[in-house]
Amino acid sequence: MMGFFQLLGRKVISRLLGLGRAVILLSSALVHVPNVKKGTPLLIKQLYAVGVQSLIIIVVSGLFIGMVLALQGYTILVGYGAEASLGPMVALSLLRELGPVVSALLFAGRAGSALTAEIGLMRATEQLSSLEMMAIDPLRRVVAPRFWAGVISLPLLAAIFSAVGILGAHLVGVDWLGVDGGTFWSVMQSQVDFDRDIMNGIIKSLFFAFVVTWIAVYKGYECIPTSEGIAKATTQTVVQSSLLVLALDFVLTALMFTQ
Amino acid sequence: MSLNNMLENLVNIENMSFRRDERVIYDDITLSIPKGKVTAIMGPSGIGKTTLLRLIGGQLKPQSGNILFKGKNIPKLARNDLYELRKSMSMLFQSGALFTDMSVYDNVAFPIREHTNLSEALIEKIVLMKLEAVGLRGAKHLNPNELSGGMARRAALARAIALDPELILFDEPFAGQDPISMGVIVRLIRALNDALGLTSVVVSHDVPEVMGIADYIYIIAEQKIIGQGTPEEITQQTSPLVQQFIKGESDGPVPFHYAAPSYRDELIGKGA
Amino acid sequence: MLSKKIEIMVGLFTALGIAALLMLSLKVADSGLSGSGDTYQLYAKFDNIGGLKVRSPIKVGGVLVGRVSKIALDAQGYTPVVTLDIDAQYNNFSEATSVSILTAGLLGEQYIGLLPGFMDDSVGTLKSGDFIEDTKPALVLEELIGQFLFSQGND
Repeated sequence: MMGFFQLLGRKVISRLLGLGRAVILLSSALVHVPNVKKGTPLLIKQLYAVGVQSLIIIVVSGLFIGMVLALQGYTILVGYGAEASLGPMVALSLLRELGPVVSALLFAGRAGSALTAEIGLMRATEQLSSLEMMAIDPLRRVVAPRFWAGVISLPLLAAIFSAVGILGAHLVGVDWLGVDGGTFWSVMQSQVDFDRDIMNGIIKSLFFAFVVTWIAVYKGYECIPTSEGIAKATTQTVVQSSLLVLALDFVLTALMFTQ
Repeated sequence: MSLNNMLENLVNIENMSFRRDERVIYDDITLSIPKGKVTAIMGPSGIGKTTLLRLIGGQLKPQSGNILFKGKNIPKLARNDLYELRKSMSMLFQSGALFTDMSVYDNVAFPIREHTNLSEALIEKIVLMKLEAVGLRGAKHLNPNELSGGMARRAALARAIALDPELILFDEPFAGQDPISMGVIVRLIRALNDALGLTSVVVSHDVPEVMGIADYIYIIAEQKIIGQGTPEEITQQTSPLVQQFIKGESDGPVPFHYAAPSYRDELIGKGA
Repeated sequence: MLSKKIEIMVGLFTALGIAALLMLSLKVADSGLSGSGDTYQLYAKFDNIGGLKVRSPIKVGGVLVGRVSKIALDAQGYTPVVTLDIDAQYNNFSEATSVSILTAGLLGEQYIGLLPGFMDDSVGTLKSGDFIEDTKPALVLEELIGQFLFSQGND
């Protein structure tokens, strides 16, 4: 019985230590005067790796999710004679929840795991130690550009996801199922509010971007530098950031959308 | 010993003790690296020779003792000063540790581009010279994953001397090399050391190679220095551990059998 | 070191992201009064605000002219006081304007309806900070049912 509490205590302490290290990692990487000339090419390269290369999965997923939303939504709404509400239903679902959350989950799987694996491999092949010995701070050179790239990319990807989803819903709802095009957009416009829906969606995305990218770079930097260590760290990045995104989504939704 | 007193020392380790978790790695050791010479650190595997290089480079901090590089105590330095000091030293890792996302040329140019404001034209000249010194000028456009192990190490060496450091630390440079690559590395370490006035510290357990190029040797075992001297002095040292190491004997002070209970008991059983 | 292709792709990506944001802001959200433009405040006291919420729309003949910015109780009489944020361009409401709480659709959300009053020289216009005198309370379902049952019982 005591052993159980001991184990629990030990786990809690090790989690707290990990959190502390993660905070130190992030502050050391970010808190400094940015060197625009040297840092910008690095940032651009990472924006490509993290953002551009996630575009395809985001666009395709957004399209399909938008189309399915319209399909399912129509079959349900038509029972109440409320198919005119298809537009706002799709738009609000995407802007408030599906856009930020699903794109964050996809991002964690695609870009987050890639970041962890890349940084973990750099640690395993002693590239990070080489940087240190060459008097270059690996946190500023390797971690910081990747972090900023993630924080910038995900909100943009979430916006693209929502936009493509709405277009996909239009495709299915208007072009296929026969909802009136004008009604689709006008009812949507009357129900969607910029501050409440779009801005909140972007704010959620920013939070998610911060969390997912932070976990990804931390796990990569701190992993055990063997092939199993990297594999384990990559899995942990995807699982932990996904769970944290979902939990954070609940908290943010409660804060943003309740009276 | 008398040789050391006469020469100036670039690195002085005084009464240094280092522990990792519960395990003592170094127990109150003192050694000095003379300037302009090749000093070898030898010892059985797992003794912590790479750890010593990391201590000199400031990546690890000892529990007690001083590590002086050009008179400055490394463990006590502030982060910025440490980074400043690291510009005068280089480390060659066992795997070479080239940056995999850039070519050999860019790898060698990397420290120059980061730490100086030289023009690209000037940098090109320097990179070509360094690559020529290690014999890889023709490979400058290759990517690290197109290089053999030996070539990768040579490229990393070119990168290590890019900024003309005062001290180079070699971590197991001979490990796993075929005889030809071995010969190349041996020649390069010695030649560069003399030509560029470097101080080299070579960590290795390849006895014949080390004997061939080292000016001074330290043998470390059981958390202490068990032998030191020029190659000639070492071969004449009578300590059984040193002799077992130098001659490569399979049994001696470092036993063949890992600690185990009685063989008879395990095999036949206590009943009999 | 940075290939042209990468720079172009990143530029396109950022442009795409911004385009998506623009599309969402313009085509999807209501480009009405939210946040933009100047507003002035009018106040109204009601006996019952029903299901009225902050940010509920204020309409004149169905046209959106503002939103409810605050609902509170009057400090003395504990009567509900609603603060109306009206778009500055509609600053010509007569003091005889009446305000009521209406319901959009059968079970829809509640909103404020303004009925502009009679305008002539003897009647002034409502200025910022004025109270609208003529208010009609919200229709509360329980009271309606009660009235109906009462009237039924009387037959």
